[in-house]
Amino acid sequence: MNKNMNNMYPYFFLIPAILIYGTFFLVPTALSFFYSFTWWTLTDWEFIGFDNFIQFFQEPSLRIGFRNTLVFAFTTMGGKVILGLALAVFLTSKIRNKDLLRSIVFFPALLSTIAVGYTFSSMMHPTKGVINTILSFIGITGPNWLGNPDIALLSVAMTDIWKGVGIATVIFIAGLMAIPTHYYEALKIDGGSALQAFWHITLPLSRPAMNTVIILALIGGLRTFDLVWAMTGGGPGFSTDLLASIVYKQYAAGFFGLSTAGNVLLFLFVALVAFPIFKFINRKEVDL
Amino acid sequence: MRANAISTLNEQQQQEEMIQARKRSSRRMLVLETLGVLVALTFFGIPFYFVLINSFKDRAGASLLNLSFPENFQFLNNYKEVLTLNDGVVLRAFMNSTIITVLSLTTIIIICSMAAFVIARRSGLAKKLNYVILIGLMIPPSIVPTIWLLQGMGLFKTFPGIISLEAGLHFSFACLLYTAFVGTIPKELDEAALMDGCGPFNLFFRVIFPLLKPVTSTVIVLSSIQIYNDFENMLYFFPGADNATVQLTLYNFTGIYGTEYHLLFADVLLISIPPLILFIFFNKKIVDGMTAGAVKG
Repeated sequence: MNKNMNNMYPYFFLIPAILIYGTFFLVPTALSFFYSFTWWTLTDWEFIGFDNFIQFFQEPSLRIGFRNTLVFAFTTMGGKVILGLALAVFLTSKIRNKDLLRSIVFFPALLSTIAVGYTFSSMMHPTKGVINTILSFIGITGPNWLGNPDIALLSVAMTDIWKGVGIATVIFIAGLMAIPTHYYEALKIDGGSALQAFWHITLPLSRPAMNTVIILALIGGLRTFDLVWAMTGGGPGFSTDLLASIVYKQYAAGFFGLSTAGNVLLFLFVALVAFPIFKFINRKEVDL
Repeated sequence: MRANAISTLNEQQQQEEMIQARKRSSRRMLVLETLGVLVALTFFGIPFYFVLINSFKDRAGASLLNLSFPENFQFLNNYKEVLTLNDGVVLRAFMNSTIITVLSLTTIIIICSMAAFVIARRSGLAKKLNYVILIGLMIPPSIVPTIWLLQGMGLFKTFPGIISLEAGLHFSFACLLYTAFVGTIPKELDEAALMDGCGPFNLFFRVIFPLLKPVTSTVIVLSSIQIYNDFENMLYFFPGADNATVQLTLYNFTGIYGTEYHLLFADVLLISIPPLILFIFFNKKIVDGMTAGAVKG
């Protein structure tokens, strides 16, 4: 019977998946390790060892990608966790219109990143832009959001938070709904405050949802390309260049080996940041 | 007697206090609600209003980038211009995006459900393959080797190429969703089917696949949005004027002669219509799928 049953799940059902996933994702990924050590023109290649990687770490315009990518990934992650949790708590409370509000908050997640990028870069125009016009009404002189190299990266990160906070909120809402209400009732009987309820019940018990948000936001943040491309193109200077946009620039300039090395570095970077956090979070979750 | 009176008085007072407290809290609730709606309208409403109102202005009006009502109201002109620009490149882009989205989705559904069926049922296979599938979820695709490979196979800049590629890049996510769901279908069902003389094909396509409908609809909604909105892969692997997809049409209006904001915003609105329709009809489905997929996957 058992052997019979296994025959019911033949390995050849895996063949289409292996063909497509293998050919179009796994093989190029494996190849990228080889070509990152070469001077490559697509038709011809020459093995040059670690030169591409050395160049990546030596040239300031390339090296800045690491710092920017980290700043961007952690800023957007933090923003999405804090705002998402706050919104979720608000949207699971006893307010009316919460279905409408949930929809409003979630909708940007469905829009094209490029369209959102163009819209926000227009709204962030230093003199004419809507954001600074509104700020001037309340007496604040808004900064040059995308033109000032010190804050341009944060302006892009804010836009990313605006677009992505809806997903975080929805995940948090699902997590909060799963918390049994009798915990809150018990705390109320014991005379606990709303703050205590949040601190001792909501926060620890929304951990699984929070872990999901953290992982999704981090991986998304580390890989971001299109938002930066639409909003600043990496500028001013190289102040908003992320690893993914550097990979594109090197590719567009015809430095295929260097671009591939950037790809490998991005690959390793994601693995280095995401896997330990993934492991750490999973261990903590078991403890609960 | 007097004690009684006092106690009633106390009760009355307590009741009064409770009513007061309830009033206070409901007033606080009202303030909170109003505040919530106002904040949501400011942060989420203004960008939408901004795009909408500027897509109705003329060139000069839109370039002011403000929220004022259009002086020269161009209700449909801008949209007509966007749709007829460069021999209807936007319409062609809509066509291309639809073809790519529909065919990639079909491929994803077939390959992922079949693979998940075997992965979830064969003992130990899921654990062994887990990391191979997970890297597809985390690691960005390597650009130049993929282009080189596509060129070698004669698939660069072709529909079969981009469709297979999108399917390959979305495999991990859909496969994990399907694998988790197949695990919840009792194995007894397979045994019963075997008793009735089902072969593997009939078992999968006639018994299991119809039961996977909830995941399939989640995958349809989530992956279609992702593929439709995909910019990066189209930029790299599907370049060329004939191959325009909706996201790349936005490029047309940010040329060297300055941005034509009135047309740009009209195009932004046009390409947002399909997600909007999907959202209106599948709002609940999207949210359920999002949470189910994210929390478990």
